[in-house]
Amino acid sequence: MTLREPPEVSGAQGEHGHLEELRSDPIGLMNRVRSECGSVGTFQLAGRPVVLLSGAEANESFFRASDEELDQADAYPFMTPIFGEGVVFDASPERRKEMLHNQALRGEQMKGHASTIAREVERMVADWGDEGQIDLLDWFAELTIYTSSACLIGQKFREELDSSFAHLYHDLEKGTDALAFVDPYAPIESFRRRDEARAGLVRLVSDIMDTRAKNGPADKSDRDMLDVLMSVEDDTGAKRFSANEITGMFISMMFAGHHTSSGTAAWTLIELLRHPDVLAEVVAELDELYADGSEVSFRALRQIPQLESAVKEALRLHPPLILLLRVAKEDMEIAGYRINANELVGATPAVSNRLPEDFPEPDAFRPDRYLEPRQEDIVNRWTWIPFGAGRHRCVGAMFAMVQLKAIFSVLLRDFEFELAQPEESYRNDHSKMVVQLSQPCVVTYRRRKDTR
Amino acid sequence: MRVHVDHDLCQGHAMCELEAPEVFTVPKRGTVELVTDEPPEESHGDVRRAVSACPTQALRIAES
Repeated sequence: MTLREPPEVSGAQGEHGHLEELRSDPIGLMNRVRSECGSVGTFQLAGRPVVLLSGAEANESFFRASDEELDQADAYPFMTPIFGEGVVFDASPERRKEMLHNQALRGEQMKGHASTIAREVERMVADWGDEGQIDLLDWFAELTIYTSSACLIGQKFREELDSSFAHLYHDLEKGTDALAFVDPYAPIESFRRRDEARAGLVRLVSDIMDTRAKNGPADKSDRDMLDVLMSVEDDTGAKRFSANEITGMFISMMFAGHHTSSGTAAWTLIELLRHPDVLAEVVAELDELYADGSEVSFRALRQIPQLESAVKEALRLHPPLILLLRVAKEDMEIAGYRINANELVGATPAVSNRLPEDFPEPDAFRPDRYLEPRQEDIVNRWTWIPFGAGRHRCVGAMFAMVQLKAIFSVLLRDFEFELAQPEESYRNDHSKMVVQLSQPCVVTYRRRKDTR
Repeated sequence: MRVHVDHDLCQGHAMCELEAPEVFTVPKRGTVELVTDEPPEESHGDVRRAVSACPTQALRIAES
């Protein structure tokens, strides 16, 4: 069979090709690839072609491919300075598979996570008073630092953190300019702040380790992951892991679940406030489910259909990751097109999630598309891809959904919210590979008088 | 009722085991194993819950 060469999208400029457009309007670029080239097309990323896929057939090939065909290592050069050299992506595919099997994400852990998350929300609203304003980005980013550190590393470590950890972590996330495809250490402001923030996090973790070391070994029953990592020794009896390496591990463990959950919580609330009829249904649903006095740790593990549908629809319209990348390890074929070894291959939730043939009224917020019998997320398993799909589907998807259900169970029980800005002024900042809300993104809250 | 597993998709979250332990087991470092692929009538409700609880949509039911 003769294979076709994927066509290239218009608009390449100079030696960096489409890099500048990727840095300013990535979704516009990726939509143009689909409209001009179809389900397989390329754009040029600083001398390197990226084969961009969309639609069910091409996406299925992408998501079913093995690590030996399409590899994640080296696909995200902007992550290396954040995790630190040698952390996570240096491991072999086999080792990575094992590490991905994070025991903290197994089903039986979820009940504990739900109650931890509910407690963290309650702590953060404790000083809210009866009414006020919050910036959604700042607030949810801090909350999800506490929830992810408590659930994935340990409650003891979380108690050693304050908002300074969240601020530094945020600077790391902002240090993901696509310019990293040219040079991850280019002399730009966001990379300088990224490196300072990482050094700051290492100092925080190092101080925590010093304090723990002074207090002597932790009691067996009280050991968390940091105690375990601190106690590992090499053959000579020296400490195996430095503060720098441990910080890198923690950064990488928290990374995938942090900006993603934070952004989705914010967008779910924004969309609910833009659609008061849906909000009213969600609040009524929660009030009814909790009317029997049941615990969040019980309810968040079970179906909350209206709320879950609203979250899914926020995820479809505002996927936290807009471009999933792999490196082709060998020459291969996708949907009749040739892919050459070493090329970057991408799938794009931002484009696939809004294909009109799969999602009627693709740009509208319609949570009822997930209710039976439509179930558009399940029917379109290769194009409804906020969590990716296939072999590398987000291992934290269940945790994320439990977390969002727990957050809104508490917030909507005690408070009413209102947009404090014009509806259209809430938008994402796409200038970095890690997508975040543009600030300001303020909402007003008021304590409910009719609290259930 | 017959249960199908797509082993490409299973990541070993063990949500199915929580819903229907009589049909699904998930080892600590592995993917799902079926105790039976034709569960008895009294398990059908559990199995349906397990299929919808699967975070990777790796389970399917064929009704006979």
